[in-house]
Amino acid sequence: MTIVLPLIYILIFPGFLFLALVALLAEYVDRKLCAKLQNRVGPPWYQPFADLIKLAAKQDLVPELADTWMFRLTPLVALTAVLAAFLYIPIWSNRALFGFQGDLIVVLYLLTIPTVTFFLGGWYSRSVFSMIGAARSLMQLFAYEIPLFLCILAPAILANTWSIGGTPAIPATPTTPAVPAVPGITEFYAAHPAYALINLLGLGVSMIALLGKLERVPFDIPEAETEIVAGSFTEFSGRRLAIFRLAISIEMIVAASLFAAVFIPFGLTLGPVPAFLLYLVKVFAIVAALSVLRTIFARLRIDQMINFCWQIAAPLAFLQVLADLILKGVLPA
Amino acid sequence: MFEKPVQVPIGPQHPALKEPEGFIITLSGERIMRAGVRLGYNHRGIEKACEERTYIQAIYLIERICGICSHSHATCFCQTVEEIAGLQIPKRAAYLRTLIAELERVHSHLLWLGVAGHEIGFDTLLMYTWRDREIVMDLLALISGNRVNYAMNTIGGVRRDITPDQIQQVLKGVDALEERTKYYITVATDEITLIKRLSGVGLLSHDDAIRLGAVGPTARASAVAHDVRRDDPYAAYEEVSFKVVTDNHDDVYGRTLVRVGELMESYSIIRQILKDLPDGPIAVKAPRKIPAGEAVGRYEAPRGEDLHYVRANGTEKPDRVKVRAPTLANVQAVAHMLKDRYLADLPIVVAAIDPCFSCTDRLITVEDPDRRTPGVMTWPQLRQYSLDWHRRRGVDFTHLNKTFRTDKTR
Repeated sequence: MTIVLPLIYILIFPGFLFLALVALLAEYVDRKLCAKLQNRVGPPWYQPFADLIKLAAKQDLVPELADTWMFRLTPLVALTAVLAAFLYIPIWSNRALFGFQGDLIVVLYLLTIPTVTFFLGGWYSRSVFSMIGAARSLMQLFAYEIPLFLCILAPAILANTWSIGGTPAIPATPTTPAVPAVPGITEFYAAHPAYALINLLGLGVSMIALLGKLERVPFDIPEAETEIVAGSFTEFSGRRLAIFRLAISIEMIVAASLFAAVFIPFGLTLGPVPAFLLYLVKVFAIVAALSVLRTIFARLRIDQMINFCWQIAAPLAFLQVLADLILKGVLPA
Repeated sequence: MFEKPVQVPIGPQHPALKEPEGFIITLSGERIMRAGVRLGYNHRGIEKACEERTYIQAIYLIERICGICSHSHATCFCQTVEEIAGLQIPKRAAYLRTLIAELERVHSHLLWLGVAGHEIGFDTLLMYTWRDREIVMDLLALISGNRVNYAMNTIGGVRRDITPDQIQQVLKGVDALEERTKYYITVATDEITLIKRLSGVGLLSHDDAIRLGAVGPTARASAVAHDVRRDDPYAAYEEVSFKVVTDNHDDVYGRTLVRVGELMESYSIIRQILKDLPDGPIAVKAPRKIPAGEAVGRYEAPRGEDLHYVRANGTEKPDRVKVRAPTLANVQAVAHMLKDRYLADLPIVVAAIDPCFSCTDRLITVEDPDRRTPGVMTWPQLRQYSLDWHRRRGVDFTHLNKTFRTDKTR
């Protein structure tokens, strides 16, 4: 049993199968909403599934000049990283499946890995378009990552913990010593719901930074179709492209779940089923907001994107951190 | 990013290009150091094919030079032939030609607005403008029976008349379009990412525009007030009042404003045309054999000045037809506009001249004196070459060829 249960967690719920399902449904919501906003009909609900199956069945080519190992490994690493990150995010209660002091930082780093794999996969494809896309991915990473990290760390500063869900205390047994409880961010905001409103600015900035992470309009510069074909993914096809696309879809869900847990941690104490349903509502609301954002903007240029992130997004993120630091001293904990 | 400059091929097959055309870009990081344009992937030999056809058949072919400004080419050709033949087309025909011309300008500019949105990753604009473009496409289909190649022109006038009922529908459609265009004007002036992506991009100064011979909205956005409709009026343009929209932004943003402004002018022209539409015949009888002579016709297509040259030799077939589509005049400016700009701006800079490569494409032979000169092949030589080429590969057309010949002599 000790092996079976974690395997179920990882592979079925809330791991790969559940995430893939939600991610593909979210992709449908995103595409349909975007289509409706653009006055189009949009795809049927099974389109993302069909696309994935079709891609998986297609021929899988590795370019002659490409580094075979890097080319094969990067999609898997991207998918694994986002799946691993999800295990530390609470979805049906205050607690996540696993937790420790500092899991917030680990989740953030795991969410950075896909971008790094986009860079490596593109760079080792050795095609001009891929390499330009890869370089742009990395350039963009340095622009959005700072505001994103600052914004997500701000609620943690106020909650005085680096763990999202925390862990309960484990009483001492004859063989092991007692483990003290780790306080969680969700736990803190469940006790002080009004304090979550302080971080709304952070939510806004991180949503914009997330557009950069997910490489979506207006920050889809690394895969700008009309300039560099598909950027890093130009040479990828078949199964590997399917895995990359699934990884991006799942990354959106994981990031949305993280935002839901950190910025809008309401209703997590209602019991597993209502809390879980509420969680789905929050995630799909964030997905909907992201698709509205991608409909109303044009793609920026890389220099404009970097200027925007450093001149507007980063100062706002700093403001959020500053606000949390000051309020932490003022407010009763 | 890259230590050495890299060469990036944009085309002949590339998502930014709707037609095959080659751009060789030398990049240093994100900056374009050098841009070269390679024409000729879409050469169809239409000029030569026209010499093999009668004037009436040639109109059919000329109309297919371009899918978007088909009426422009057909009208330009007919006007040129009419000039050689000394034909005076009826007033109503001139008005109808103008009407179709302006509807075509509306559909072309709306199409451009959508493509421009797509090139800068603003697909919402593409979806909106192309939806609204359907209104004008339907109007064109209503009048001419066709959405794309309207087949309205013939030598000596037009082929279809317009009914009072159709006039009402066109007026209604134009009202709807005008309202939508006003909305796009607010989008162009308010939407911040759009302005950021278009301002200062693809700069072409007033002097450069004149030096490089830019035409149409590309030139007018650099404050060059050239418009054949006003400078050398044809059809019914002398009798309608309109303003030549210019702008001094010199960039892609200026070109957008010029095109949106021209849309508003087109609506006004269409209303004037429909109000003053004279009665009378829609065509005069044209001779089958056009007397010997030559003429050059000018026409303001949506993309700029279109130029046709026709030489007649007294038979029913033209002796020489030469087409200079507006894109050929503008494509020189593109290489200039791209230099020292960002790669990200390339698609929109290329799209900003509203290129139509298949209209422009021609065969260019560069003769290298060190190698044997390619020389010029006559039509029978070319036929013989083709037959031999196939025979060497085991396909013999000699038999078919003989049947074809006997058919023709019979």
